[in-house]
Amino acid sequence: MTNPADKDSRLHTTLLGIPMQTPILTASGTFGFGEEFADFVDLSRLGAVVVKGTTLAPRRGNEGNRIAETPQGMLNCIGLENPGADVFLRETLPRIQQYHMQVIVNISGSTAEEYGELAGKLDVPGVAAIELNVSCPNVKEGGIVFGTDPHALASVVREAKAHTKKPVIVKLSPNVTDIRVMARAAEEAGADALSLINTLLGMQIDIETRRPVLGNVTGGLSGPCVKPVAVRMVYQAAQTVSIPIIGMGGITCWQDAVEFFLAGASAIAVGTANFTDPAVTMRIADGLNTYLSAHHIGNISELVGKMELG
Amino acid sequence: MILPEHEKKHLEDARVIGQQELRAGVFSLELEAPQIARQAEPGQFVQVRIPSDSFVLRRPLGVASVNLAKNRLVLIYREVGRGTAALTGAMPGETVNVLGPLGHGFSAAFEHPLLVGGGLGLSPLLFYAESLRGRADVLMGGRTAEELFWKELYAGKVGEMFLTTDDGSLGTKGFVTTLLPSLLQKNAYDGVSVCGPEIMMRSVAKIAAAYGIPCEVSLERRMGCGLGACLSCSIDTTDGKRKKVCKDGPVFPAQEVFA
Repeated sequence: MTNPADKDSRLHTTLLGIPMQTPILTASGTFGFGEEFADFVDLSRLGAVVVKGTTLAPRRGNEGNRIAETPQGMLNCIGLENPGADVFLRETLPRIQQYHMQVIVNISGSTAEEYGELAGKLDVPGVAAIELNVSCPNVKEGGIVFGTDPHALASVVREAKAHTKKPVIVKLSPNVTDIRVMARAAEEAGADALSLINTLLGMQIDIETRRPVLGNVTGGLSGPCVKPVAVRMVYQAAQTVSIPIIGMGGITCWQDAVEFFLAGASAIAVGTANFTDPAVTMRIADGLNTYLSAHHIGNISELVGKMELG
Repeated sequence: MILPEHEKKHLEDARVIGQQELRAGVFSLELEAPQIARQAEPGQFVQVRIPSDSFVLRRPLGVASVNLAKNRLVLIYREVGRGTAALTGAMPGETVNVLGPLGHGFSAAFEHPLLVGGGLGLSPLLFYAESLRGRADVLMGGRTAEELFWKELYAGKVGEMFLTTDDGSLGTKGFVTTLLPSLLQKNAYDGVSVCGPEIMMRSVAKIAAAYGIPCEVSLERRMGCGLGACLSCSIDTTDGKRKKVCKDGPVFPAQEVFA
């Protein structure tokens, strides 16, 4: 037993050399830069905050409606709006240091070289790791192309790895026929970890106006409706690679989180549920503590990949 | 943990005091939410969690009234979809989870403003009128007399009330813009605060600018988090910046958002 005063001792995790109070992360794009949730969440109790997707140049994102609710979920087509890597490094990163959280920066490029340049720029103190967004469904260039072609994916991973000493996490797209092919390609190219799933491509039509609800016509589906797809893909990826997996997709409660650990995730991330309940990550941490204690499990790592067949 | 330098936002399980249908499809929901009621300022909004597991997004609703002595706030909303339909079922004694207060509200600097509203835009303006204790006048427009049921809610809370209807069934026949120039000419307003359909707000802002009177507008956009994180509600400002309606607004100086 570690310090008995630390109520999270059963949740302590080291992922990619990063010491984490809990294996609960927040998914990029759903949690801003963490600071927006400081009134509801003890940010230092999160494993890491994966901040909003960053590109080399500023991006204004897509026109029109960017969000729509769907049964047990939502669609978004923000389109990677962000102030660019230089503003992030100059203004945002210094400002959020006060929260004592691990910061993982999610990056997007339109060429493999851009991923390399971004990874290099972000190889600075205060950044714990880099997450490669190779699966944004909402931008025309780059984005999902790298996430659906194993050769393109490998080139992006190699470029990023060549330019940074930080751990490189690859966020996989679920919009592929066989997730195992992409998982293997990322691992072989040198990825240190995988995170999955990103959103599923979807759309919604207004039957009165006969127009698409989203300004970008299609968008990324997230929320509880995608969870079974995510659990399946995390399971398949975990059966295929030996690098750690950050599991996400529709997690709203500790019970959902346990499923992902059993499927093979070493850590989990919460996305859409932050909109429903800004304090949800803390409730998940509390629930996991109770579950581990009730089952006499000393540490969450003992649960990873422990689903039993037959 | 270091607290950021801003008024803290709260997540409260608010007790439903009562709910009534003011007019077909328009509901007034009274909640007991002490922390939010104490802090809410006119023009701010709250994010209401629909009391059902079927919905992942909260619904942003403007605060229509606050009763500080009783720790209560009133939200007036229109039933527009499944989420708001489910909210109409919230019964006295039940709880509704509320996040707020959110965003930036109406100017605290105006001494004698003219409030201009149409439709549900009259809801946040009602709280503003209340806070000004009779120092504001209101100009409200609707298609028919039926749509101006708001005049009963504003009674006793404003100096003068000016009404327009498209069909002339109540007040002046026409739009709020029909009456606005003469009102700005005759009265010494130090500001115009407008909330309603965007086309109306743009016209009002143009007229106020012509009379050299500061004008502020309250924008409506689809929102996700309500906290400035998801960027669902980003807009362009006239000086080429990006702002978030949920955090930087919903109330903006008109010249900042309307070219």
